[in-house]
Amino acid sequence: MNQLIIGLITGIAFGFLLQKGRVIRYDKQLAALRFIDFTIVKFMLSAIIVGIVGIYLLTDLSVIELKIKSASIGGNLLGGIIFGVGWGLLGYCPGTQLGALGEGRWDSIWGVLGMIAGGMIFAEMYPFFKKTVLTWGNFGKITLPQILHVNHWIVIPVVILAFIFCFVWIEKKRL
Amino acid sequence: MADKPQPKGWNPYLAGSLAGIVAVLSVVIGKNFLGASTTFAKSACMVESVFAKTHVQSLEYFQKFTGTIDWQWMFVFGIMIGSFISAITSNSFKWQNVPDMWNGRFGNSTAKRAVFAFIGGVIAIIGARLADGCPSGHGLSGIMQLSVSGFIAMIGFFGGGIVMAQLLYKGRK
Repeated sequence: MNQLIIGLITGIAFGFLLQKGRVIRYDKQLAALRFIDFTIVKFMLSAIIVGIVGIYLLTDLSVIELKIKSASIGGNLLGGIIFGVGWGLLGYCPGTQLGALGEGRWDSIWGVLGMIAGGMIFAEMYPFFKKTVLTWGNFGKITLPQILHVNHWIVIPVVILAFIFCFVWIEKKRL
Repeated sequence: MADKPQPKGWNPYLAGSLAGIVAVLSVVIGKNFLGASTTFAKSACMVESVFAKTHVQSLEYFQKFTGTIDWQWMFVFGIMIGSFISAITSNSFKWQNVPDMWNGRFGNSTAKRAVFAFIGGVIAIIGARLADGCPSGHGLSGIMQLSVSGFIAMIGFFGGGIVMAQLLYKGRK
């Protein structure tokens, strides 16, 4: 099947579930950042638990291959913090803001326009970033099991258990 | 419709788990790990090409991320349609110029919200492109693969976000 059609169908399914989970709204995103309501954390960690098991099972069966991104302090951490600051202001993520538009929260359009403008600014600054920030603390394409030197099926239950502890804590605190 | 109470959604654990299945199927069927922020680099290239084509061609970044519609672009577009279908069929679609929480703190001005949201969008995408991903690319797809980059980026996303949220809503309930 055509990749564009696959993309569209995947997006429709994903957007449908995001809306059903009520995780795309500004109020829900900010409520998590303000420790008022952790709906988005519940949604995200649930998706990750299912994802980890599915991805590693199918990788072991050679059905799929992993596609790891480089880990770095300058890129992932500094870039991540900058993203977080913008996210706190906007209250939407790059993907979810389109979902917000879909459910009528049209202030997300400012975010879409800001991100297109930001993409232009980034392209201008890229040569500078490439020489500076993006060279800081680069560890390459590594996974948690690789740096711990253990089989991934040892790491996976530990991560899932940690997430379940998060759920228990969240429910106990009624967040 | 605006005065009716908003219908409740699905249990987030259930909706999230189903989203996890979608994320895995996406890799199986089209070899695509979910992500969203590259789409805005590509869209920026498309828009800028309209008024500054020769300049765009001189930029290294837009050689890497060309202004083409690819799998991910359609995925991001699809999110809007999927959300619309879900909202309209469950009576939870609502035109709103300013979110409720924002309204309670900063008022109902469309212009004020527009300025903050636009600047937020600019900052967020610069961060996401530096980090090489957003909460879908790193948070979901990265951690799903136990990628160290995913964990580091998520700490950054929430760290920066929590600080900004505290600054904006300091001392308010």
